[in-house]
Amino acid sequence: MSQTSHGIGGLSYDAKKRPWPAEFNVLLALVILVGAFELIGRVFLGDSFLFNTRENVDAIFNEQRLQIIILQVSIVGIIAIGVTQVIICGGIDLSSGSIVGATAMIAMSFAQVATVNGNPNPKAMFIAYGWTDLPVIVPLLVAIGCGLIAGMINGSLIAYTRIPPFIATLGMMVTARGIAKWWSKGQPISFPTESFAAIGKGLMPVIIFISLAILFQLILSYTRYGKHCYAIGSNEDAARMSGIKIANHKVLVYVIAGILASIAAVVLSSKNLTAQAGMGVMYELDAIAMAVIGGVSLSGGRGSIIGTVIGSLIFGVIISGFTFLRLDAYYQEMVKGVIIVGAVVLDQWRQRRRAIGA
Amino acid sequence: MSDIVLKTENLTKHYGGVHALQEANFELRKGEHVAIMGDNGAGKSTFVRQITGVEQRTDGKIWFDGKEVNFAGPIEAREAGIETVFQNLALADDLDVPSNLFLGREKVLFNLGPFSILDRKAMRKATEAALVRTAVKIPNLSSTIRHMSGGQRQCVAIARTATFASKLIIMDEPTAALGVQETAQVENIIRTLKANGEPLILISHNMRQVFDLVDRIVVFRRGRIVANLRKQDTDGNDIVAYITGAKTGQAELQAA
Repeated sequence: MSQTSHGIGGLSYDAKKRPWPAEFNVLLALVILVGAFELIGRVFLGDSFLFNTRENVDAIFNEQRLQIIILQVSIVGIIAIGVTQVIICGGIDLSSGSIVGATAMIAMSFAQVATVNGNPNPKAMFIAYGWTDLPVIVPLLVAIGCGLIAGMINGSLIAYTRIPPFIATLGMMVTARGIAKWWSKGQPISFPTESFAAIGKGLMPVIIFISLAILFQLILSYTRYGKHCYAIGSNEDAARMSGIKIANHKVLVYVIAGILASIAAVVLSSKNLTAQAGMGVMYELDAIAMAVIGGVSLSGGRGSIIGTVIGSLIFGVIISGFTFLRLDAYYQEMVKGVIIVGAVVLDQWRQRRRAIGA
Repeated sequence: MSDIVLKTENLTKHYGGVHALQEANFELRKGEHVAIMGDNGAGKSTFVRQITGVEQRTDGKIWFDGKEVNFAGPIEAREAGIETVFQNLALADDLDVPSNLFLGREKVLFNLGPFSILDRKAMRKATEAALVRTAVKIPNLSSTIRHMSGGQRQCVAIARTATFASKLIIMDEPTAALGVQETAQVENIIRTLKANGEPLILISHNMRQVFDLVDRIVVFRRGRIVANLRKQDTDGNDIVAYITGAKTGQAELQAA
């Protein structure tokens, strides 16, 4: 006896045949991947990927490895939260990595100390103005302002000049990288205040990543903004006919993505205690990859932050898995590329199968 | 005069040199269902596009709900109470039924601007009520439009129209792409609307459907209204004669 529920107008449906949430597939992929590394490790290295094998440590799992997995993806993960929303809305954001670079440089220059080991800070940019040892809120606001402006430019270009998001954000990608290099004429900016350095210390990036992920998942699921993201990505004409203000919404989506990239910049520069013009190179592609692996459809309208978080963990597992198997970093990149393409192929295939099945 | 919902006077639309619509005089009364028939290119859709503000007319006047109106766009027409079910359905495929019904006019629990918290329960309840009222059958409200048949999609689109409209509903060939059973379902919805006293303009090529559903039939030919007949005063052959031009009705209309 199949479990049926009653619908409207006397029709019933098979509750068991409900579409399987895409996130389950992604989670399954993560479990299979971890299982594969575990198996290969046991057979070839006599070591466990996931579980603790050291005698002197009292723990079930290899906690160190688990921490590394999530720590190394949490900064790109913060960017991916914004990129997910952009893609759900039918767009793409190639500029996030460069926004990280530019924001890190600009924000860090407002977070520097005046003296290092009793000597004046050699790297302090604004020491002449006395802008050193500022409270941590200053660089934070500067960073958020940078993300906001970059996002506003991206969103306005896309919404009002109607150029494709790919081109608008490509322009921002190149320009923001230029700003990152120009800001200190290529010099790294170092020696942040203690309170600024505390933002990215230890497991703080993970905490920030997970909190933002939960916040934005709730926003996507329960607010008008979230509903309109899916509506616009799904059928922009229908959304326009329904009276949704498409332009305003798009600007907002790109502003949110820009601000999330700038938060990632703060966390990254705080964690590294320095900002360099080359920071965040390729992060935009990693963030897009995390979203796509997590089941966010590049054609818009489908996906979730939860999916992206699981996608980011798949990313992290691959990187640590390769380190665990003592394979060169070259292989990581090759496999990453294959997985990104594979995820999109899978998405296309599922869409086609669904269209035929319906 | 007060029971006239929609009235057009000398409504004319030229596309460059093409006279797509000429001096159309049309009236629709409260609770009345009127069919617009005519061959392809006869001016049916052009007529509807002028009323709903999708295009701007060349000449003529439109009164809606007792006032003369000049809609700048379809959204303005919709806000005034004219809802249109288009041939290409304006639904978001990845959203479920309540989300589509309330798209752009969501019910909210707390108003926080764009981040207003949605009142999902209230929307679901209102959706159920709307579907019952329009006699739309949908097995599962939570499944996305993508997973529905053409007929179900059409039903959702119509239910949405009927929920908010409104003062006037316009359907442009609502059953053109549907199977027998699905067509019957859509026709049932239209009967329900009739019973509820909601005025409707139906564009259709289906003679049986038109005679089944509406009170009055208006025939367009070459951009002009050539016949305006009550259902009981005419029959299929008569209508076909007007559509093909075997009968020209111009004299009769002007005499009347």
